[in-house]
Amino acid sequence: MTATLLAVQVLNGLQLGVLLFLVAAGLTLVFGVMDFINLAHGVQYMLGAYLAVTFHQLTGSFFLAVPLALAAALVLGLLLEFLVFRHLYDRDHLDQVLATFGVILFLNEGVQIVWGSAPLSYPIPALLEGVIPVMDGFGYPIYRVALILVGLATAVGLWLVVTRTRVGMLVRAGATNARMVSALGVDIRRLFMIVFGFGAMLAGFAGIMAGPILSVEPNMGDGVLILAFVVIVIGGIGSIRGAFVAALLVGLVDTLGRSFMTDIFRTVLDPSAANQVGPALASMLIYVLMAAVLFFRPSGLFPAVGR
Amino acid sequence: MIRAVPSRSPIPLMLLIAFLAVPAIAGASDTSFLIVMATRVMIFAIAALSLDLILGYGAMVSFGHAVFIGIGAYAVGIGAAHEIYDGLITFPIAILAAGLFALITGAICLRTRGVYFIMITLAFGQMAYFTASSLSAYGGDDGLTMWGRSEFFGVAVLNDPTVFYVVVLGCLVACWGFARALVSSRFGRVIRGVRENRVRMQAVGYDPYRYQLVAYGIAGMMAGLSGALLANHAEFVSPAYMSWQRSGELIIMVVLGGMGSLHGAVLGAVAYLVTEEVLSHYTEHWRVIFGPMLILIVIYARGGLSRLLDRTGSGADG
Repeated sequence: MTATLLAVQVLNGLQLGVLLFLVAAGLTLVFGVMDFINLAHGVQYMLGAYLAVTFHQLTGSFFLAVPLALAAALVLGLLLEFLVFRHLYDRDHLDQVLATFGVILFLNEGVQIVWGSAPLSYPIPALLEGVIPVMDGFGYPIYRVALILVGLATAVGLWLVVTRTRVGMLVRAGATNARMVSALGVDIRRLFMIVFGFGAMLAGFAGIMAGPILSVEPNMGDGVLILAFVVIVIGGIGSIRGAFVAALLVGLVDTLGRSFMTDIFRTVLDPSAANQVGPALASMLIYVLMAAVLFFRPSGLFPAVGR
Repeated sequence: MIRAVPSRSPIPLMLLIAFLAVPAIAGASDTSFLIVMATRVMIFAIAALSLDLILGYGAMVSFGHAVFIGIGAYAVGIGAAHEIYDGLITFPIAILAAGLFALITGAICLRTRGVYFIMITLAFGQMAYFTASSLSAYGGDDGLTMWGRSEFFGVAVLNDPTVFYVVVLGCLVACWGFARALVSSRFGRVIRGVRENRVRMQAVGYDPYRYQLVAYGIAGMMAGLSGALLANHAEFVSPAYMSWQRSGELIIMVVLGGMGSLHGAVLGAVAYLVTEEVLSHYTEHWRVIFGPMLILIVIYARGGLSRLLDRTGSGADG
């Protein structure tokens, strides 16, 4: 029974980690390549989920809604880049924080005007309904397994793009020294735009995939944004590999901590004290992890070279 | 380039006159709401001021600054829960506890720079937040209601809104004066020097770490004071006081007003909270207006509201 529970929680942890990776990948590239702090990355995750809600209502099909919502997320990301972010690349980090905070306020409130403030949802497609038996009558939902697989496939695809293609090479070079790349004749602004739109789309993709299992509501991106920042800082800013390792680490530590921390404390403390200490410590576990990583490796686990 | 501490700006005087006028206007229009609101604004102005001290002058962007407010507030709230209402006991404890937390966490945070510093201060902020949420003896998640405000020499002076207002204004002016003196002192010059060029300051023979740590501790103490005042103002303490959203709001206030001038932080707190209040009067969706306003201010008013005011005031690009 405990082994089954452990297996299920490990899968849950992987699922959270994969979602976090999709959000963090764009964030770390935008930050690493453009040296741009984009607080509005979390609302792009939220927008993806809301767009999927609308396209699901229009088409009635999950598999049609996903590509449509992805395309719309990309367009909205590029629009934001054109209207706001483009004017902030050569500004102070704190100017970027203030302006992107304004974007968060606008979009969080905007979705409430358009979609209302009540939580929305859309169903899991019939094809992915049902459970996979894990052990002795204990099942794990197929959709969640699919989510993990799709996330891992995206990670592999992203790794191939970043390490094997010309654009990926420019992105890596940009993360190391953007000015040098620009001096070598690359249109750095266009590179920025591509990275930005792509990052927005990945965050939107995470939102689309999370929609059927989490509720789609305003401000759903805020918590994810903070977790994604934790991930990219642990992984080392600008490093896709770091973001991947850190996302899985954070997902597993958080999920396993929440499931088992109280039980672990019960073995040493009396139950009431354990019930109090356990959940609190479980919530702060990832922050303890981040503080510890930064204490021993002030630039994260996989620092991008040259920064 | 190290700018001299701006002394010619008329903004501090304008702010002081505005704050002094509030009780008169409130008295004339017979609305206690105005004075209660203005008290809240000034309490946050103290916190924003303390953040500007390290953020604007020391380039230490703390994303956990609201924790010091929370610690100050909890010191007063927990005191009240044990029937200790004497402000001469709880206020010093609030300030010292916040300062101590700042020194301990600062000693670790200041090993990192830039965005890593932002994130590690966030980490300690979240740890404190979840610790406060787990204090079930003191309300846990739901917070703690206080059954009375702090007393000084056995008198609950803070129960009168006008007296409370004057006390908070006094605290704000004292903090501003202290911070002004601090940044123009030799200590302040070292802090600003480290902001501009750390290596050079080390080469001249200063240890940046020690100076930054002391500044961080002082800022924590000031924020602790504002927390003690906030607990008295709301007569309520909750973990939400130290949430990362609150810390973010403080950064927004400082950057909005214009960092590195002290009065900019006060102006930013006033602008942020008053705009929020006024806009939310007209529509519940006020953030749809406020968000784009922030974006426009960043794009068109470089250096925040205080620079904008100074420029229009002097009629020249300054």
